[in-house]
Amino acid sequence: MATTAIDQHHAHAAAHAEKTGLWSWLTTVDHKRIGILYGATAFFFFLLGGLEALIIRIQLSRADNNFIDPDTYNQLFTMHGTTMIFLAIMPLSAMFFNYMIPLMIGARDVAFPRLNAFSYWVFLLGGLLLNASFLFGAAPDTGWYGYANLTSRQFSPGPNADFWNMGLQILGVASLAAAVNFFVTIVNMRAPGMTMMRMPMFVWMSFITQILLLLAFPVIAVALILLMFDRFFGTHFFIPAGGGDPLLWQHFFWIFGHPEVYILILPAFGIVSEVLPVFSRKPLFGYAAMVFSGVFIAFLGFGVWSHHMFTTGMGPIADTFFSLTTMLIAIPTGVKIFNWMGTMWFGSLQFKTPMYFAVGFIAMFIIGGLSGVMHSSPPADLQQNDTYFIVAHFHYVLFGGSIFSIVGGAYYWWPKMFGRMLDEGLGKVHFWLMLIGFNLTFFPMHIVGLNGMPRRTYTYPKELGFELLNQIQTAGSFVLGLAFLVFLWNVIRTSRRPRNAPADPWNGATLEWSIPSPPPEWNFDTLPKVSGRDPLWDEKRARGGQMPEPRAGTGAGIHMPNPSYWPLVTAFGVAAIFVGIMMLPKWGPWGIIVAVALLFFGLYSWLFEKGYSEFTTPSHGGH
Amino acid sequence: MSDHAQALETTTGLDSRKLAIWTFIGSECMFFATLISNYLVNKGRSLVGPFAHEAWTDPATGKVYEPIIEIPLVTVGTALLLFSSLFIVLALYGAQKGNRKMLVGWLGATLVCGIFFVGMQVYEFTHFVHKGLTLQRNMFGASFFTLTGFHGTHVTIGVIWLATMFYLALRGKLTPNRSVNLEMAALYWHFVDVVWIIIFPVVYLIR
Repeated sequence: MATTAIDQHHAHAAAHAEKTGLWSWLTTVDHKRIGILYGATAFFFFLLGGLEALIIRIQLSRADNNFIDPDTYNQLFTMHGTTMIFLAIMPLSAMFFNYMIPLMIGARDVAFPRLNAFSYWVFLLGGLLLNASFLFGAAPDTGWYGYANLTSRQFSPGPNADFWNMGLQILGVASLAAAVNFFVTIVNMRAPGMTMMRMPMFVWMSFITQILLLLAFPVIAVALILLMFDRFFGTHFFIPAGGGDPLLWQHFFWIFGHPEVYILILPAFGIVSEVLPVFSRKPLFGYAAMVFSGVFIAFLGFGVWSHHMFTTGMGPIADTFFSLTTMLIAIPTGVKIFNWMGTMWFGSLQFKTPMYFAVGFIAMFIIGGLSGVMHSSPPADLQQNDTYFIVAHFHYVLFGGSIFSIVGGAYYWWPKMFGRMLDEGLGKVHFWLMLIGFNLTFFPMHIVGLNGMPRRTYTYPKELGFELLNQIQTAGSFVLGLAFLVFLWNVIRTSRRPRNAPADPWNGATLEWSIPSPPPEWNFDTLPKVSGRDPLWDEKRARGGQMPEPRAGTGAGIHMPNPSYWPLVTAFGVAAIFVGIMMLPKWGPWGIIVAVALLFFGLYSWLFEKGYSEFTTPSHGGH
Repeated sequence: MSDHAQALETTTGLDSRKLAIWTFIGSECMFFATLISNYLVNKGRSLVGPFAHEAWTDPATGKVYEPIIEIPLVTVGTALLLFSSLFIVLALYGAQKGNRKMLVGWLGATLVCGIFFVGMQVYEFTHFVHKGLTLQRNMFGASFFTLTGFHGTHVTIGVIWLATMFYLALRGKLTPNRSVNLEMAALYWHFVDVVWIIIFPVVYLIR
């Protein structure tokens, strides 16, 4: 394992001097740095989306309120949803894909380090374009689902829907490039002995997520292209007056949209499946069942899209089919929940902060899962559709599920990423504030929803009696905000402390804990050899329970890919194409022509970058 | 464009770049599946002509629009594309064996076929516009031009890619240990070809 070879190295080569400064971040191709960039950017967007939610909650805290006008309200709930899904949860998962997958499978980097940098820059530019709409007072206002024909030129003449369309298209490019990269990385970059059925569960769930991304994103790409044609070139794909069909948009959108919710939750399942065994001192219960239930969830995820459309009147056969497939998904999901509980059963539980969030995740996700099964029944759904009951459901799975798990993962992996332990006490305060705030905010939504309070409506009359529960929700949302301020304070406080986290603070089972915190640029001095599912626990057992603290080698003799700025240039080319399309009425084709030229310039400079080699030294380092 | 023996030291033994192209092609399948579905869903939803296979008389003006599709022209284009798939296999064989004459000759032939196909499509599109079928005219026009147009865009990107490979081959840079670069382009080219094999009957042959 990694530690044995370290002694061979002596500090005689400055081959891998630590790079600092802005330029080093702009040109980095290191998966760990790109992971941190993803995390920081996504957390910023998460706070922005949270701020939007707080403004919504202030507006709803009183009946007949006019804190903001209906137009602003539409923009805020659209941007809140779009931001949280595409700019917060997905890239927060991408942070862990980037940082952790190569470490967990025993690789020096991803398969295509420059493509990885490209993905990040495209994501950043897409997020910036989406939010630039606020500067023009024209933020998207047609919901994160952009239903036709709200988005037609007739009903949405401004650039609002274009910002949404082009922003999402750019983000899709980023997701697809990253998905190809991580699919190949997981298939092709595993350390010797790391068979598929020995991969850590987080890697498995991430692997399934990449497949979902690869198959779902092209569908939304085409749907967005058709919408663009409707808005810019006068076609009628989603406009009934010309023979088109608005429902076709819903079908395309949800064929993408339902796999998308599994793209949001499967990495969270993976994180929890890493945290629970470590803090239960027990291997993951039912490993194979966990793998195949994940595969089954993803497969079924492509056959349930029309449960978002029961109210469109598809007829009894379609309703029955989609209702049954939806209910079927509860089975593999239930398998997972029982396996998590089986992991804790008879374990010696250690309630550290990551464990709090993992257990909180299970409880909250069960509530969200149960309400999900409720509206898999069409008659029930007809009552619940478009009410706050649905809002309660998807916040329990996306906040109670994804965010709880991601935050738990952040506490778990923070020492590995930054070499500093987050404060346990503040972490527990964060957890309790978040749990209480979350339930105060979202549980009452079940009740007002069943009582008929419609979603996406900027206010409600006092006579309906929703005011008290809404005030509780608003209070809860501020507690949630406070919880994340505590987290920020924890981060700031920790950053002032010495970098002294041990390599393996939690007594972990997976390979990332076998190397120093934070890891050197080349990760492993010698690539590990794996002979089981919990390689580090096996190693510790063989050594009588303890591992020596790994010392960092010099990395001499290990080739790592050079920094490159061409991914950044190419990313600008991609983003510029979509800006060019938006500006088509003003600039004519010239914007697009210049953008395509920039794209080709970047791409060819990238492909023919002199003496560039992306390959890392495969098995052995020092010689 | 690097060659590295280490590339073979992967978990599966497959070159990662080749695996990436296969992965990308898997994703592209869903892209074209969606476009083809869009074409089929919108079949018969046009409110006005011209149509693909039937004549249509404008009730307002009495003008007769002939069936718009011309199968012979497209058959030639299809044949060119199909043959080019064979040619690129021969070119790749030449590259792998270090036979530069074979590489340059067959790659050139592939390139010519690709350019002719794009030319055929440009001619077809302008011809259709002259006969009154535009993107905006009806659902057939809209879904026909988006489906075949995006396929044509893919062919065009393939032509640019192959032209780059041709340039490298001429300069003697596509050596056998770098032939994987051509193999990636070839995989993409075959995929674009296979998609056309579906589009051709769906759009042109089935009434």
